[in-house]
Amino acid sequence: MTVVVGYVPNPEGEAAVTHAVREARARRTKLVLVNTSRGDALVDPRYAFEDQLAAIERRLVEEGVEHTSVHAITGTEPALAILEVADTHGAELIVLGVRRRSPVGKLIMGSTAQRVLLEATVPVLAVKAPRQ
Amino acid sequence: MDVWASLLEGFANAATPENLLYALVGVILGTAVGVLPGLGPAMTVALLLPVTYALEPTSAFIMFAGIYYGGMYGGSTTSILLNTPGESSSVVTAIEGNKMAKSGRASQALATAAIGSFVAGTIGSILLVLCAPIVVEFAISLGSPSYFAIMVLALIAVTAVLGSSRVRGFSALGLGLAVGLVGMDPVSGQSRLTFGEPLLADGLDVVVVAVAIFAVGEALWVAAHLRRTAAHVIPVGRPWMGREDWGRSWKPWLRGTAYGFPFGALPAGGAEIPTFLSYVTEKRLSKKPEEFGHGAIEGVAGPEAANNASAAGTLVPMLSLGLPTNATAAVMLAALVQYGIQPGPLLFDREPQLVWALIASLFIGNTLLLLINLPLAPAWAKLLQIPRPYLYAGILFFATLGAYSVNLQSFDLAVLLVLGALGFAMRRYGLPVLPLVIGLILGPRIEQQLRKSLQLSSGEWSGLWSEPVAIGVYVVIGLILAWPLLARLLRRSRAVPVTASDDTPTEAEQELVDRRNR
Repeated sequence: MTVVVGYVPNPEGEAAVTHAVREARARRTKLVLVNTSRGDALVDPRYAFEDQLAAIERRLVEEGVEHTSVHAITGTEPALAILEVADTHGAELIVLGVRRRSPVGKLIMGSTAQRVLLEATVPVLAVKAPRQ
Repeated sequence: MDVWASLLEGFANAATPENLLYALVGVILGTAVGVLPGLGPAMTVALLLPVTYALEPTSAFIMFAGIYYGGMYGGSTTSILLNTPGESSSVVTAIEGNKMAKSGRASQALATAAIGSFVAGTIGSILLVLCAPIVVEFAISLGSPSYFAIMVLALIAVTAVLGSSRVRGFSALGLGLAVGLVGMDPVSGQSRLTFGEPLLADGLDVVVVAVAIFAVGEALWVAAHLRRTAAHVIPVGRPWMGREDWGRSWKPWLRGTAYGFPFGALPAGGAEIPTFLSYVTEKRLSKKPEEFGHGAIEGVAGPEAANNASAAGTLVPMLSLGLPTNATAAVMLAALVQYGIQPGPLLFDREPQLVWALIASLFIGNTLLLLINLPLAPAWAKLLQIPRPYLYAGILFFATLGAYSVNLQSFDLAVLLVLGALGFAMRRYGLPVLPLVIGLILGPRIEQQLRKSLQLSSGEWSGLWSEPVAIGVYVVIGLILAWPLLARLLRRSRAVPVTASDDTPTEAEQELVDRRNR
């Protein structure tokens, strides 16, 4: 059994990792970090730099959590990648960072979190970034 | 009439609220397509041709000029922040610009590019005001034989000088001339290449052909090998420059302008060669040559000034002779013809309002570009987050809509598809698109001049070289065609190849050469 966390290099992503670490410790399971991009735009700010990912992995090592990372340009939506990883790694929990959204914003923008929430077969923990 | 009085009158026409609005729309659109790699001003103007039928020609051309200049500006943003040139004329900018951005000097790189473009664009526009009437005066004295020779020179130069392979260039030129031939012979009324299809009797609509080759062909080509990558834009604040940056930038700006303007005005000059020359010059002259390759501001300032000055230079032959020297000018010329305006030396006499408003709008557009580019550069970079499939789907949609709306014939859609496939195939097999478009647009006019010359000399071929200017131009054409042979002979006569140590290309220059050849 594992805990799968969808990581994005922003405050929501950091918060998700923090909570995922807590959950993985409590459940004594492995952590799987997922950060993918569809790769069809020239620039994707939600795809982590190698050094950003390395920093997160260092943090996980320091916290003493066993982990693996899935960091790739998959050509599919990140939501699908998270669900697939959850499936193959036998996840018991998926942790996601979510953003505050206005109703109009929700209408226009597709949401990774929404899709995972709707389609996941295991419990999903939605985490907001702490308010500054 | 006095040039400056005409220019002031042009300002009066260009500064109406309506035309200012079109100038603004033009520069915003132009910057956007400049920022996005794979979209260029030629494609945008082609896509907008059907839309602008409803506009006054003056307004339409003010918008087109804005798109053209905006495209030159926008390319630098992508080059600097992403190391992917937004336009072919910004390839050189990427070398030093991206290095500057990586070392935390993105703001200065963007600022020197934007201000340099403004300076060069303004000087270029002033040179245009000064040069164009002189060229017109000279051109009016020319007869059909000389005109024919000059147009042949333009075709040969574009085909033989640019691009890596002459065979491919001439193949593309042949295709363009053939497409231009379709329809009725203007003198005898015979049908040519119509294959018994009555809808082809009027010839292929230039708009449909331009949209097919530039928009459909390009979109299919990019979509066919969409590489999945996710890069990061280097974060940047508001562009600004320190005292030292100004001191190091202003000379490269002026030198870049001096390279760019004449090259833009020459057939086959284009914007790529002067940007490269400017880069090499700045590298030689720099007081800090060791900085080159690690983000030297001169390497951004010079080439960016050069490409904007060449944009102004391009308008000299376009307005005064009706000769397009690059793809955007070719499409703009097609637009002139669509409006029923005859391009050529008489344009200044017959349409002074249009010409001078267009020139005045260049000054206005340049200023607008500086105003919207300095504070908004980070916002423009956000455009790169648009998923590319959306962009190309949108382009195909507007291309189809535009092609249909020209004549409201479904036949045009078939033409669009066939020529779009041709455009795709040309890119696939490395045929340059520019000779095709120039051939298509100049072809019918060359034919007209040829027929006229032959009529004047009552069918004697010697009539073609009856004017001294024509003979001179034919000599130049001969030199261009014989150049590879001559170069080989010269090289053979020099037994030992010269390899000075400072002539070996650096890694960055080599990369540039590779990119150009690709």
